[in-house]
Amino acid sequence: MRMKYVMSEVLVGLWRNVTMTIAMIITMAVSLTMLGASGLIYTKVADMKQLYFENIEVSIFLDAEVTDEQRSALATQLESDPLVSQVTYVNKDEAFQRFQEMFRDSPDLLSAVKADQLPESYRLKLVNPEEYKTISDQYTSVEGVDQVVDQSQVLDKIFNLFTAGQNIALVAAVAMAIAALLLVANTIQVAAYSKRREVAVMKLVGASNWFIQAPFVLEAVVAGLIGSILGLGALIALKIFLFDGALSALQGLFAPVSWGEVFLTFPVMAGVGGLISAVTAWVTLRFYLRV
Amino acid sequence: MIQLEQVTKTYPKASRPSLDNVSVSIDKGEFVFFIGPSGSGKSTIVKMLLHEVVPNKGRVVVNGKDVTSMRSWKRPHFRRSIGCVFQDFRLLPNRTAYENVAFALEVIGKTKAVARRVVPEVLELVGLGGKEHRYPHELSGGEQQRVAVARAFVNRPLILLADEPTGNLDPDTSIEIMRLLDRINRTGTTVVMVTHDSNIVNQMRRRVIEIESGRIVRDQARGVYG
Repeated sequence: MRMKYVMSEVLVGLWRNVTMTIAMIITMAVSLTMLGASGLIYTKVADMKQLYFENIEVSIFLDAEVTDEQRSALATQLESDPLVSQVTYVNKDEAFQRFQEMFRDSPDLLSAVKADQLPESYRLKLVNPEEYKTISDQYTSVEGVDQVVDQSQVLDKIFNLFTAGQNIALVAAVAMAIAALLLVANTIQVAAYSKRREVAVMKLVGASNWFIQAPFVLEAVVAGLIGSILGLGALIALKIFLFDGALSALQGLFAPVSWGEVFLTFPVMAGVGGLISAVTAWVTLRFYLRV
Repeated sequence: MIQLEQVTKTYPKASRPSLDNVSVSIDKGEFVFFIGPSGSGKSTIVKMLLHEVVPNKGRVVVNGKDVTSMRSWKRPHFRRSIGCVFQDFRLLPNRTAYENVAFALEVIGKTKAVARRVVPEVLELVGLGGKEHRYPHELSGGEQQRVAVARAFVNRPLILLADEPTGNLDPDTSIEIMRLLDRINRTGTTVVMVTHDSNIVNQMRRRVIEIESGRIVRDQARGVYG
């Protein structure tokens, strides 16, 4: 009977102040969507980093006038370098073949470049791709080396873009969370005010504190949970219409967002939404009802 | 049953103490009036017995429990042994007489079945048989106070605190309420009543404790208002 009483009080509470309830749920939903989105971006960036870094190469291009001694000295040095896991030599012909493959759709460019114009190079795989800087510093000054180019630098720019997006989503999530928090506090105050007589009687006759607080706290938690369900809906829509729809052309560029990952954000959103609401409601009650 | 031992209470920002070194002992089953002008400290005593206010000095013991050192989380359970009636009735306007009394039972965890058995009984006791399903606004002031008394008594408390229970009632109705409190007192419940009403005090001829400026100036068995 007590559970039934508490639940019916929760429903009455949500309904009594329905405009506020809706406002609370919407801000909560937007905040949690942002949170979920930034979580997804975070995992995607991690996935993509792994994916790309496995295939990443550092290229050491050689001077056009490199001597045979310089070339073989560099090869020995690279092969004994503990930071390097694999070395491949690409001579001028191979470089030209690669070039032809890469730009086969641009015949003008192809005809403008002769086989001996492309530099020879060593292609390195690094034990740890993030140690590019050390390699670069070490080999740029070696005799016969023209320049050291790292693919990960280009990728870093892309990743920075994603990280920036993630940060923007996080900031928006926090801002909306603050708004949601204030709305929860306000809703609970209004609810406590409209039930002040009941609360006074309950305190008087010795109802336990949890029993007095439970309907208010649960009211906020239910709103938080509804908000997280809407947030999940928003992420599903985002996947269907944005990733699988508008951005599907770029699929090769992004690591795909799976349904599993989308649904995995739900427990996080529900947990965060529910917990924040509960704590806010409880703290508000401590100040407002002094129970 | 109730002991105040050299109790002093000064509210923050107050120039003089509301209670100044007050000692009172009330036995089980007694009927005690606290009288005195407004601001004399009567209400502070009621609040102390309810653990709403804690003394600065001295000790308050209620039902064998030291209220002075009681932790606030124990307060709800402690309150269940004390019934309270106030001048303004404090009924829930959107609930009937029955529901008002049952509410007090249900929020401390009693089942609806218990309420169905106990509530009509207590409403009958306070003389509201047949009016169980009236709302407070459909009842007279005296009847509303009877509902409040029923609510305070339904849990069979050891102590009944009445803070000016007749303050809003006409003399005849007041006397009826006093008869009711007297009947409750006869069941063995200790009754502590704060009042301004000299007629009632004079008619009842019970113990009178008079307070003035936070001090006890008179403590008289079978006293009058004076």
